[in-house]
Amino acid sequence: MYYKETIRQMYDIGVGSIMIIFVVNLFIGAVTAVQFIYQLSGQIIPKYYIGYIVRDMALIELAVTFTSIILAGKVGSNIASEIGGMRQKEHIDAMEIMGVNTSSYLVMPKLIAALIVIPILVSVAAIVSISGGYIATIYSGSYSHEEFIQGLRSFFKPFTVVMMYIKAVVFAYIITSIACYQGYFVKGGSIELGQASTRAVVFGIIVVLIADYIIAVVLTG
Amino acid sequence: MIRTEGIFKSFGDHEVLKGIDFTFEKSKTNLIIGKSGAGKTVLLKILVGLIKPTAGHVWYGENDLCALNKYELQDLRMQVGMLFQGNALFDSMTIEENIRFPMDMFTKMSAKEKRTQVDLCLERVSLEGVNDKYPSEISGGMQKRVGIARAIVLNPKYLFADEPNSGLDPKTAITIDELLSKITVDNNITTVINTHDMNSVMEIGENICLLHEGKLAWQGSNSEVLESPNQTLQDFIFASPFLQKLKNIALSKS
Repeated sequence: MYYKETIRQMYDIGVGSIMIIFVVNLFIGAVTAVQFIYQLSGQIIPKYYIGYIVRDMALIELAVTFTSIILAGKVGSNIASEIGGMRQKEHIDAMEIMGVNTSSYLVMPKLIAALIVIPILVSVAAIVSISGGYIATIYSGSYSHEEFIQGLRSFFKPFTVVMMYIKAVVFAYIITSIACYQGYFVKGGSIELGQASTRAVVFGIIVVLIADYIIAVVLTG
Repeated sequence: MIRTEGIFKSFGDHEVLKGIDFTFEKSKTNLIIGKSGAGKTVLLKILVGLIKPTAGHVWYGENDLCALNKYELQDLRMQVGMLFQGNALFDSMTIEENIRFPMDMFTKMSAKEKRTQVDLCLERVSLEGVNDKYPSEISGGMQKRVGIARAIVLNPKYLFADEPNSGLDPKTAITIDELLSKITVDNNITTVINTHDMNSVMEIGENICLLHEGKLAWQGSNSEVLESPNQTLQDFIFASPFLQKLKNIALSKS
C-alpha cells in the first residue's frame, strides 16, 4: 500500500509539475542571459562569461529556488487540500479506527516521493534554464555558439551541483512537511481548509527562502 | 461487551459529558440516542478511542481503553469496525479497493482470498457486482452499505455506526437498520449505533442509552419505550404531534 501510494505521489508531483517547471525555467534562463548581455555591453569582460554566468546562476540559485517556489505553490496547496479534505470527510478518523498509523500512511509516501522527484525536477529545471539562456544568447546576435559553450565549460566547480542537490532535498522536505502539517491539523470547514492551503504555500515559500539563505551562508562561508 | 464508567468530557469550560455509566451488551443492537448537542457523537468517539475522556474509563471486556498503549490500542482497533455518518469512503478508490483496504493494510491474504472476502461482504450487504465502481457512482444508500461491508471485512468483535440513517429515505433507512441488526446477531458482536431516527429506536433498539444535557437520562429497550414514565424520553421520542397521536392510539389499543 505504501509503495503504491508513493508511486502515485511521485507521478502527481513529477508528471503533474514538469510542464510549468519547463516553461518557467526556460524563460528564467533566457531572462538571465538577456540581462547579463545588457550588463556586459560596453564592458571589458570576456564575452564567453555569458555561458559561465548563466550556468552558475541556474545551478546554484535560480533552477532550484524557482522550482521549489513553484512546487510550494502547486504541490504544497495540493497536499494540504488533499490531507485536509480527508480530515474533514472523516477519512483520517476511519483509518485511525482501522488501526492505520495515519501520520505515517499519509505523510511518508508524500515525503519520500518529494525527496526523490524534486531533485529530478530541479535537474531538469537546470538543464532547461541553461538551454533558455543559450537560445536567448544566440538569438541576441551579439554572441556566438562557441563563446557560450566556452563559458559553459569554464571555471566549473562540481560543488555547485552538490549544492544544488542539497538545496533540492532540503526544500523538498520543507515543502512537503509544512503542507502535510497544515492539512493534517485542519479544523472546521471549507474556509479553514482554504486557509490551511494558503498557509501551506505562504509558509512553504518563506521557509524555503530562509533555508536558501542559511544553506548559501553555510556552504559558501 | 463494552462498559463505560464515569465518563466525563469537557472542551474548555464546556462540559459535554457528565459521568456516563452504561453497558453496551454483546450480540445486541445498542443505541445511543438524544437531541442534537446531547453528546452522542462525543460519547461514540470516546468509545472508539478517537477522543480521550477528561475522566472515566471505557472497558472492552477486561481492557481499559484509556490505559492501553499505542500498540495495544492498534490491536484492539483491529477488532473494531465503524460506519461513519458521511460513509468516509475513499473517493480515489473503487468499491473493491475501499473494502479491501483494511485487508491490504493488516493481512497477508492472497489477492484471490481478498477478492473472495470482498465478494462475501458485498453479498452480505446485497451489493453484488459493484466492485469496480467508484463511490461517486453509487447512491447514498449503497454507499452506506459499502461502508458496512468495509466495517465488517475483518470480522470485528465491535461494530459502531454514527447516524447510519442520516440522509436516507425511510425505506432505505429500514434496510440499513435491519442489516446492522442481522450482522449483530449473525456475527455475535457488540454493535453501538448513534441515532436520531425514531424508527430505529422502535425497531432495533434492544439496549438504549438516552443522553440529555450530557447525562444518562434513561436506559432500557424498545419494548419499554411506550410505557416509560420518563418525561425526557417521552419528550424526545414523541416530539411531534403526529407521533404523540400514534402513541395514544397504541396505548389505547393495548
